[in-house]
Amino acid sequence: MFTFTSNILKNFLSQRATRRYPFETRSPFDGARGMLLNHIEKCNLCSICAVKCPSQCITVDRKALTWECDPFACVYCGICVDACPERALYQKPEYRQVAEKREMISLKGEIKKKVKKETDNGIESE
Amino acid sequence: MSKTIIPFGPQHPVLPEPLHLKLTVEDEVVTEVIPALGFVHRGLEKLSEIRDFHQMVQVVERVCGICSVIHAMCYCHGIEEMMGIEVPPRAKFLRVIWSELHRMQSHLLWLGLFADSFGFEALFMQFWKIREKVMDISESTTGNRVIVSVNVVGGVRRDLNSEQISWILTLLKDIEQEIGALKKTLLTDYTITKRTVGKGVLTKHQAYGIGTVGPVLRGSGVVQDTRTLGYAAFNELNFEPVVESDGDCYARTKVRFRETLQSIDLIRQAMSKIPNGEINVKVKGKPQGEVVSRVEQPRGELLYYIKANGNKNLDRLRIRTPTFANIPAILTMLPGMYLSDVPVIVLSIDPCISCTER
Repeated sequence: MFTFTSNILKNFLSQRATRRYPFETRSPFDGARGMLLNHIEKCNLCSICAVKCPSQCITVDRKALTWECDPFACVYCGICVDACPERALYQKPEYRQVAEKREMISLKGEIKKKVKKETDNGIESE
Repeated sequence: MSKTIIPFGPQHPVLPEPLHLKLTVEDEVVTEVIPALGFVHRGLEKLSEIRDFHQMVQVVERVCGICSVIHAMCYCHGIEEMMGIEVPPRAKFLRVIWSELHRMQSHLLWLGLFADSFGFEALFMQFWKIREKVMDISESTTGNRVIVSVNVVGGVRRDLNSEQISWILTLLKDIEQEIGALKKTLLTDYTITKRTVGKGVLTKHQAYGIGTVGPVLRGSGVVQDTRTLGYAAFNELNFEPVVESDGDCYARTKVRFRETLQSIDLIRQAMSKIPNGEINVKVKGKPQGEVVSRVEQPRGELLYYIKANGNKNLDRLRIRTPTFANIPAILTMLPGMYLSDVPVIVLSIDPCISCTER
């Protein structure tokens, strides 16, 4: 009986365990995988990211020279970031904010050089 | 007394996920139980036909949110065995560390939910407060809180540096102390023992006979833990399966509580023995053949059957999850119990419905 009383008293005297979100937020951890972004000036539109993405949220059109991503289909796994040969893709530690509308990220890029036939992990791109 | 049929679920305050039980009740006593599943079926096994075997790692992680590392690890073991890939020793130890962290957070989540099932809200919040520290370790070391995407075929994607290891060890010390402070309440408090001791008894013979796995089986006195097979780096760590003999809800609570502390010990052992070196190897070629891979999930033995014929897509992927094996346990335990004990007994098997229905 009353085995929890000391714990309750301790909780009264200690700091609050929660934050007053959204007024007070925790800074993200350094290694956290948050929103996916693309340095389009580095991007070669090789479409390896589109091939490797497990949720198929990236579409690359090499004729229209566009790189498109559906941020609401992205599962934040970071496979595309690891696979990007140009290091153009990166993830911020912050998560994407809630939105009212479903919007696609559409970027206009350019093809700078020929794409290799085979990538390091043995999956062929274009 | 005439029979009454009461639907329990799919939406019920104690159930985090949709499980439907049709309870036949005479007076206040349950006489028959018929389960109905299939509310959250997503057909993830079928996805193996259109996603290649590398992408399937991320898909199988999403079979279950709570034990994503262990699902991915089981799948990767299978593919690695099929392709004859030798994973570097450091990657094996890292897999052990992350899978034990996941076991800890899953058990802490369950201990909280279980306390909530008999109305002990304050204890529920205490356990979840401790769990938050484990989640912080997960987020800072792997990048995500729950579905961490850290396993790949051929090894792991992230490494731990010495600073992170010492930070984790400090946090583990706090976590161990905080869990220890709740031991007296969880295992001796009048309100808890009154609701759990002698409820939902499953004898050793019954538990083995109906094929239960994990803490349900170990709570009934059967010594069976898939980790003793020595997959990943478990063969280099010292541990004994946690076993209790009473077979009631209280015994299962004790098993999970002790396993949480055991996981802390295993992480410490793994961190002290972790070798230096590579964390993954390059994977070339495509899988061919068939393989069965088994690992120990927080809820019990997880089994993957993988069949491939040299294409980038798998031929067949079959996942047998521990909750699926433990559903017969509910059907055996419930008849004869009072209706008010049903939530506690159902939660005592730690049902993970998204796992079961895939």
